[in-house]
Amino acid sequence: MRGAKSAKWVAIAGVVALTATACGGSDSDGDKSAGKPKGYVSIDVGEPQKPLIPSDTNETLGSYVIQALFTGLAEFDADSKLVMTGAESVKPSSDNKTWTIKLKPGWTFHNGEKVTAQSYVDAWNWYANVDNKQQNAFWFQDIAGYEDVHPAKEGAKPTKDKMSGLKVVDENTFTVSLTNGVPYWDYKLGYYTFAPLPKAFYKDPKAFGQKPIGNGPYKFQKWQHKKLIQVAAYDGYKGPNKAKNKGIQFKNYTTVEAAYQDLLSGNLDMIRQVGPKDLPKLKSDLGDRAIEQPYAAVQSIVPAFYSKTFKDIDPKVLQGLSMAIDRKTITAKTLHNSRVPAEGFAPQNVQGGQKLDTDVFTYNPKKAKSLIKQGGGVPGNKLWIQFNADGGHKEWVTAVCESIRNATGVECVPDAKPDFQTDLDARDNRQVKSFYRGGWVADYPLNINFMHDLYGSTAEANNGQFKDKEVDELFKKGDHSKTLEGSIKAYQEAEKVLVEKMPAIPLWYYAINGGHGKNVDNVQIDYRGDFILTDVTVK
Amino acid sequence: MGRYVVRRLLQMIPVFIGSTFLVFSMMFALPGDPVRALFGEQTIDPTQIARIKHDLGLDKPFLAQYWDYLTGIFQGDFGTQIASQRPVADVISEAFPTTVRLALFAFVFLVVVGITLGVIGGLRPNTLTDRTLLVLALLLISAPSFVLGYLFQYFFAFVLNWTEPNVQDATDYGQLLLPAIVLSALSLAYVTRLTRTSVAENLRADYVRTAIAKGLPRRRVIGVHLVRNSMIPVVTFLGIEIGTLMGGAIVTEGIFNVRGVGYEIFEALSRREGSTVVGIVTLIVVVYLAASLLVDLLYAVLDPRIRYA
Repeated sequence: MRGAKSAKWVAIAGVVALTATACGGSDSDGDKSAGKPKGYVSIDVGEPQKPLIPSDTNETLGSYVIQALFTGLAEFDADSKLVMTGAESVKPSSDNKTWTIKLKPGWTFHNGEKVTAQSYVDAWNWYANVDNKQQNAFWFQDIAGYEDVHPAKEGAKPTKDKMSGLKVVDENTFTVSLTNGVPYWDYKLGYYTFAPLPKAFYKDPKAFGQKPIGNGPYKFQKWQHKKLIQVAAYDGYKGPNKAKNKGIQFKNYTTVEAAYQDLLSGNLDMIRQVGPKDLPKLKSDLGDRAIEQPYAAVQSIVPAFYSKTFKDIDPKVLQGLSMAIDRKTITAKTLHNSRVPAEGFAPQNVQGGQKLDTDVFTYNPKKAKSLIKQGGGVPGNKLWIQFNADGGHKEWVTAVCESIRNATGVECVPDAKPDFQTDLDARDNRQVKSFYRGGWVADYPLNINFMHDLYGSTAEANNGQFKDKEVDELFKKGDHSKTLEGSIKAYQEAEKVLVEKMPAIPLWYYAINGGHGKNVDNVQIDYRGDFILTDVTVK
Repeated sequence: MGRYVVRRLLQMIPVFIGSTFLVFSMMFALPGDPVRALFGEQTIDPTQIARIKHDLGLDKPFLAQYWDYLTGIFQGDFGTQIASQRPVADVISEAFPTTVRLALFAFVFLVVVGITLGVIGGLRPNTLTDRTLLVLALLLISAPSFVLGYLFQYFFAFVLNWTEPNVQDATDYGQLLLPAIVLSALSLAYVTRLTRTSVAENLRADYVRTAIAKGLPRRRVIGVHLVRNSMIPVVTFLGIEIGTLMGGAIVTEGIFNVRGVGYEIFEALSRREGSTVVGIVTLIVVVYLAASLLVDLLYAVLDPRIRYA
């Protein structure tokens, strides 16, 4: 019985090897995620990158969940206006340096703990502390004493654990002093990172990040990693955006195509973005349930002003290049109307968005040619557009290059970096050959956000190293204005000057191409292109 | 034979260390900084980046990082993910069962259907049945899995309404049927062709003629003498295939929304989560090693002439 004996050894070896790899295929995780409780709505929001802590989340997926679980002082409505949520009022002093914040009384966290001024102050101090390595810490840098808890020097330890600018007045009131007066500081409060935290958080932040306790319209139910996050409507919620459904399931999909199939078959209620494969048939599949709407985000190509091509370039050349790009045709044909041609540096649907009196963003090959000539031409008559090949940008970069080449005769070459990381590396290390692809989604719906943080000579996101005294002066004027209106006006003036200086060539604003299924209604989009989930109703 | 098995198992250790080292150094050599990328296009904070790197040991030199990783692994610690801050072991143990389930399902399908079709074709070489199977195999070989995947999805889920288009619950074998078939389609064709050729060839072998001459019943001639001896090339192929089914299912996983190892490794790679990539690749290497050992041992079972000392 040789055969039988050998077979025994085969079996033994197999068992040993498989135990070594510990992949016995156990079904222990018991992931019966198929069922959706009645009254819940589902949306394709995948696995958040980071633990669920308001100050550590800066990407879209996580922010959906954070916004469901936490509510800060204020939020933006569908018209980009600031609406008080957790705060009764947020009032600046006359120099915009000291802000008095009054909370609405009677709010509680999901575990029953009262939301007080102290909950906010403690949380903000924790968020800002460099020891806690929170990604959104820089949002607190306007507050006096930020330097003490978050020193700028690498490796430095914080000297205090509280920012001197935060003072609790009584249970429902606290004041915030800023280092410099910022007239639009309350708009920053609309960002979810300013949310309060319950006491339970400080005991074990790590466990909290997996099972957060918030004060928002929904309370946390379960998180099956890479599959599903489920939250339930919180009955004790007192804000204006109380949930109109019973709960939300954030479902993770491997591809947008798979999510779309699930939407069609009724297993998913809302899809945020449809893939290029399904884009052409979105309207015919969904009818008036398709959602196509621009939002406050802009795609540009940004010149690196240190590069050989654009060092000391005459802005006229950049204006010419801008006019050589046929935005209308490219958005319609290459991008299937998923973008809207840009007409300025800030989108129209933010406060202060304006119609600029210029033809720089209109396709005009003749004028483009002559402007480039007047400006002394592109050095070497050749330029590159750097982009990351993993983000679906290749098609439009090629189209833009084609357009520039045909209109002006300047040789334009797409410069693909394999992925976003490599792309960012090249930007940080000043290795961009001429243009890089820049994308910017609004942090708050003001025109200021599209200029101050991108083109100020000290702005951190100013990777092209644009530097201009006149522009800096104008920005400063806006930041030191007494009122928000004054600020917005000053920045509107600045935008007009930017057209003359061309720190970037805006291409188009983003638009959402999503939709919802037959089972839900009242699906609306906010200024950032996010679905307003609290308003969604189940039919 | 026992000593042989032990020796082979011991040989896995240097291979294991070597492969982790190779993958680790490749991840290290890739451009792009995962911690920097967390900040994306928003304002970056160099202090913070330095801090996160220091805490994860990412600021150490390459060899020190590798040593940390290796010593960690022997204590059962696969490292921590940079962004999610979860233990890599957790991430892997969520993805692996799904993949193992899908791969085994595909494998069983592959073996049963592939060999059956192969034997049917091989016993009647160059007949109409054989030709039909050849055409079918060629079709499967030439259709890329995403074509087949979308086709199946459209046809079975939307036209016939037999099943859901996506896998909703990865523990339900009924839902895994479609992806498993798509996953095994390409290999199915190979297995069928290999079996068919091998059977057709051995049909003319001396020992088959002897067996027939001895007057053995046809079932025994085919089942024991012919098929068993024809399995050697097929088993070799299947052994490698089990690793491919586990690691290379990314397209199929994507179409049917299966959260398995293929997707996990792709995501980890694009986010430069080094320890996750190394962990998964290492596990797949071990699966390959185990499979090849099984194949070598199976040779002895199938062919009495092969012996291991």
